[in-house]
Amino acid sequence: MAKTSEVLLSPIFKDNPIALQVLGICSALAVTSKLYPTLIMCVALTATITLSNFFISLIRNIVPSNIRIIVQMTIISSLVIIVDQLLKAYDYETSKTLSVFVGLIITNCIVMGRAEAYAMQNGPYMSMVDGFGNGLGYSVILIIVGSIRELIGSGQLLGVQIFPLVSEGGWYVSNNFFLLPPSSFLIIGLFIWFLRSWKTEQVEPAEFKMSKNAPKEVKAEHA
Amino acid sequence: MQNKDSIKNILLIGIGLCLVCAAVISIIAVGLKELQKSNAILDQQKKIVAAADLKPFYGTTEAAFDSIEEIIIDIEEGLITDISSEKYDLSKELKDPSRHIVLSSLEDIATIKKRENFSKVFLEYREDQLNTVILPVRGYGLWGILYGYLAISSDLNTIVGLEFYQHKETPGLGAEVDNPKWKALWRGKKIYDENGEILIKVMKGKVDNTNEMSTYQVDGLSGATLTSNGVSNLLAYWLGDGGFKKFLNNLKQENLNG
Repeated sequence: MAKTSEVLLSPIFKDNPIALQVLGICSALAVTSKLYPTLIMCVALTATITLSNFFISLIRNIVPSNIRIIVQMTIISSLVIIVDQLLKAYDYETSKTLSVFVGLIITNCIVMGRAEAYAMQNGPYMSMVDGFGNGLGYSVILIIVGSIRELIGSGQLLGVQIFPLVSEGGWYVSNNFFLLPPSSFLIIGLFIWFLRSWKTEQVEPAEFKMSKNAPKEVKAEHA
Repeated sequence: MQNKDSIKNILLIGIGLCLVCAAVISIIAVGLKELQKSNAILDQQKKIVAAADLKPFYGTTEAAFDSIEEIIIDIEEGLITDISSEKYDLSKELKDPSRHIVLSSLEDIATIKKRENFSKVFLEYREDQLNTVILPVRGYGLWGILYGYLAISSDLNTIVGLEFYQHKETPGLGAEVDNPKWKALWRGKKIYDENGEILIKVMKGKVDNTNEMSTYQVDGLSGATLTSNGVSNLLAYWLGDGGFKKFLNNLKQENLNG
């Protein structure tokens, strides 16, 4: 069995659920236009995945294999509903901002993926650690994307003005593109690129080889 | 367990799990219901008080809200009814076909499809004089309906504030309807001209303050033309004949006579 710290830390950079496994992209695009809702989303997802891994692992030996996916979904969706209810009760403003995306944690592939890939084979404690680690991996990306988007998009961080905007007498012209979901594609893409230049073992072998451009005069000959 | 894939076991686990999950969720949902409800109510009260800018005068949101009178009005007649405002719920009014009208596409400039017959309106008095009228407004923006409150001062033509308590606009663009700097622009803007025409409008871009029409105009939200148009449209609807115009006129009459 792997070491606890290994299970906990490897999803952060080495085996990141978003950057390497490319799961859970949807919410990474949707909720990251401001940092504060992003943080709440990270906490919500990390709590859900940690607990769902724990409960699924607890009952893994008695779950009939042909209904295991439904069982996992039931547990995950119950947890998500609970998280959503808690949020509505204790942080109403943010729950309004996140609206449907908390509910959509149910369909987040990271949660299902870890339940199926890890919690069904490992003990409750290690599953919890794995869930927490993957939650952290997800959070790292979301926080990076959220910070960049809020800073470039509105010149703020956590609602505090960092760059004074031109419209309010400062010098910074905000880039509205960064407030729209497609900008996350760009940021996540760049992040994956940096990550793979740093940890080159993540680079997959090329599926095909690019052939060289044929020189012009050769082309002319064929024509 | 010997045969965990038997039909008996599948049923047992399936039903058992559902029962456990249902029980846990029910307990939590019921336990938190009060808190959530009071959150939602408090949130609305905050918006109403903020729209009418009552906090500086009364000190706290609660004190300000307590001083406001809630009334139910008949929109068609423009008259105050004696229906109790306590149980009023807009979503219920919009479900009951006898309590709302379906708007034709020509009338429906705010794209709300249905308009309730009765509406909950808030009045604030100071020293027995009407000081602020707070009207519920709603209309379609870019992604969904914006719900909000419009506060009008006692001359029934000057805007005190506009607050939205629910919308689905893009954060940073359309959602800037929540930006305090933008909301502050509404203060003091006029709604109708001398002939009762609605002139209040959200412009595209900045308002030219040297323009004589600028008192009816508010800066557009940059990058959110459709949200800006939506706000213009919802004001045009709710302040027009299909909305509260009749009620406001009646109030004005009453003010003059009283």
